[in-house]
Amino acid sequence: MENHSIVIPTREKMFNMGPLLKPTPGNIITWIILAVGLIITIIRFTQGIGSVANLDDNQPWGMWIGFDLLCGVCLAAGGYFTTVACYVMGMKHFHSAARPAVLTAFLGYLFVVVALLYDLGHPLRLPYMFFFPGTTSVLFEVGLCVATYLTVLFVEFSVAPAEWLSNRFPIVLKWRTFVNKINILLTIFGMTLSTLHQSSLGSLYLICPGKLHPLWYSPFLPMFFFVSSMVAGASMVVMEGFFAHKGAHAYMDSTHLRESDSVVLSFSKAASFILMAYFMLKFIDMLVQANTGYLFSGYGAWWLVEMFGFVLLPALLYAKGSRDGNVRLCQYASMNAVAGIVLNRFNISMIAFNYQLPSAERYFPSIWEILISVFVVTMIVTAYRFIVYHMPILYEHPNFKDAHH
Amino acid sequence: MNRRKFLTMLGSAGVVSALASTTAPKEAKASHIFPYYPESYGVLHDTTRCVGCRSCEQACNEVNSLPKPNKPFDDLSVCNTKRRTSATEWTVVNKYKMNGKDVFRKLQCFHCQDPACASACFAKCFQKQPDGSVTYDGTQCVGCRYCMIACPFYVPGFEYNEAWDPLVKKCTFCKPRLDKGQLPGCVEACPMDALTFGRRTDLIKAARKRITENPDKYLDYIYGEHDAGGTAWMVLAPANPKGPKVPPENPVLAGPEMKQLGLDTHLGNQPMGELTYGALGTVPMIVAFWPVLFGGAYAMTKRREAMHKEEQEKTVRQAREDVAKAVDAVVRTIQETEGEGAADRARKAMAEALKARGEAGKHGEGA
Repeated sequence: MENHSIVIPTREKMFNMGPLLKPTPGNIITWIILAVGLIITIIRFTQGIGSVANLDDNQPWGMWIGFDLLCGVCLAAGGYFTTVACYVMGMKHFHSAARPAVLTAFLGYLFVVVALLYDLGHPLRLPYMFFFPGTTSVLFEVGLCVATYLTVLFVEFSVAPAEWLSNRFPIVLKWRTFVNKINILLTIFGMTLSTLHQSSLGSLYLICPGKLHPLWYSPFLPMFFFVSSMVAGASMVVMEGFFAHKGAHAYMDSTHLRESDSVVLSFSKAASFILMAYFMLKFIDMLVQANTGYLFSGYGAWWLVEMFGFVLLPALLYAKGSRDGNVRLCQYASMNAVAGIVLNRFNISMIAFNYQLPSAERYFPSIWEILISVFVVTMIVTAYRFIVYHMPILYEHPNFKDAHH
Repeated sequence: MNRRKFLTMLGSAGVVSALASTTAPKEAKASHIFPYYPESYGVLHDTTRCVGCRSCEQACNEVNSLPKPNKPFDDLSVCNTKRRTSATEWTVVNKYKMNGKDVFRKLQCFHCQDPACASACFAKCFQKQPDGSVTYDGTQCVGCRYCMIACPFYVPGFEYNEAWDPLVKKCTFCKPRLDKGQLPGCVEACPMDALTFGRRTDLIKAARKRITENPDKYLDYIYGEHDAGGTAWMVLAPANPKGPKVPPENPVLAGPEMKQLGLDTHLGNQPMGELTYGALGTVPMIVAFWPVLFGGAYAMTKRREAMHKEEQEKTVRQAREDVAKAVDAVVRTIQETEGEGAADRARKAMAEALKARGEAGKHGEGA
């Protein structure tokens, strides 16, 4: 092991909960958020959605769909983006980025489903869509793909807990070998499913042209969602690297540390190109739909802010950062790009939705709705920390050096 | 968003390319025919007759056993604020200012011919019935509320304050009463004959007759005949007595008039669900083609790797042979000039040096 300080769980000491239980400021904030979230959860499930949310009949989908679902799924795109680059396109030097990306994607999707349970009137009936399949519904396709992809991600991710648990239960190694064998199939299947549901999240809004502002409504919404999910995937890997280096540096081995800069620069270059293409797509779409007239309104100004401040600007920052080899600039660009993705999803699901209604009938999320979203993000971060403290995510386990496949 | 742009959008989505290529609205209208349920019922709401008495609201509340509202039904002041249908109010009457005149319109589910809610529901709760009603089965509702997003008329309401069995609620066309041969509660209660119940095809004829016989009284546009693919409940609006005459059945020019009555004529003639079918149609293609595409990319990567490896091995072999030949030549020269003993020593030293280099190389790779 090149980085001797990494705490690797052994048969005698399976758990490494110290970093999670130490009363550091970060941990204390985490505990408070988790406690508050738990209380709101109890209120939500015993008093109804109306007791915590500002949702109404005009705005049936608010913060929980706009942020937790639309942004959650999009920002978890790093899973397919990295695995396809690494395993299908053969960019082996991204190998150390694959596991963290798959982990983030798995947690992202898992908690998308958790957050969805808050939003559903009958959360326990979620499986009904398989018993009474409404095949004409875009939401059916989203549900089917997300459920399948979550399973695929679980299988892809399961090699890490298998390596951890093999200390106690060597039998899980059989599973690990099996998963490694079918890895390429999982990757390609995951790519297919991701293409489908990332784009379908955009297709959800095709049915309501009267409600979504024309600058955001487009028959190409599915394509916009898919293309921007690639940007989100690349940007999340870059951004996550930034935070992981801050919080979990001690769990990175020399391979990870050596490769991480080249991962950042390569992904930034890719994200820059895709963002440029996305900018052109959106701009041409606006021209083709003869929407220029709308640009000279409040919504038009807002659209231009999104396009120039959160699409073109990160594209240029990425381009400069990757050209100059400036990792820090690339990381700032990734934050700008991620903010842009969130802004776009907020615009479509909330800000430009119901644009024709008078402001008194418009929606603004309640503090409790926002806190639930914060709670969900905190749960993701906590789960991520638990996993990197226990499982070989940021380092290669010395017993499993063959992990390169 | 104007009508032409709407058609352009549809065309670019590849949903109804034939529709988009026609510029005359009349031709476009003919391209959507609903073969199903030609005998279905509908209701024609004549807003020129409505006086905003709220009798329909009261009847709806009573026949459906809905909770009593805070303000009684004879309090007509509630019409002054804009209301919408909700989980407890399946129909409401709103007052609109149309060209300076007060016009009342009753809001309820339009019972679309091909409903957006039914297309959007992923658990098949909504059903267009042969009698014309759009029914909802709450026993399989997941509560996702996509139907409410999809409904172009802002009709379905949700029981947000119900913790254990929150459902979507909307006008049922009094389906239980229709089954018994009774009129819908609101239609029966209307004292002004502003609501006419009948077969949808007959209602369209009746509406057209009213428009033809009173061209100054009615706007020449039957809202719901084609809008959003056609609806079972349709609306007639008063004409603007002072303004220019609106040409018949022109959704673009009737738009500003209808907008004053809170009705959107720019929804298009297609059922709303059709807007998503183009996107849904790509699913099988992606499922079929993506594995081939990415499998192919994988195969190319593998092939490139194999070729690279072969090339590398060839180069290494070549280099090794070159070294061996050079060593051989050197040793032979030493043997010729220095004798057998010197040649042996040289051969041994060479072999040791090569071995040492080989091991150093291996270490270098391993690190």
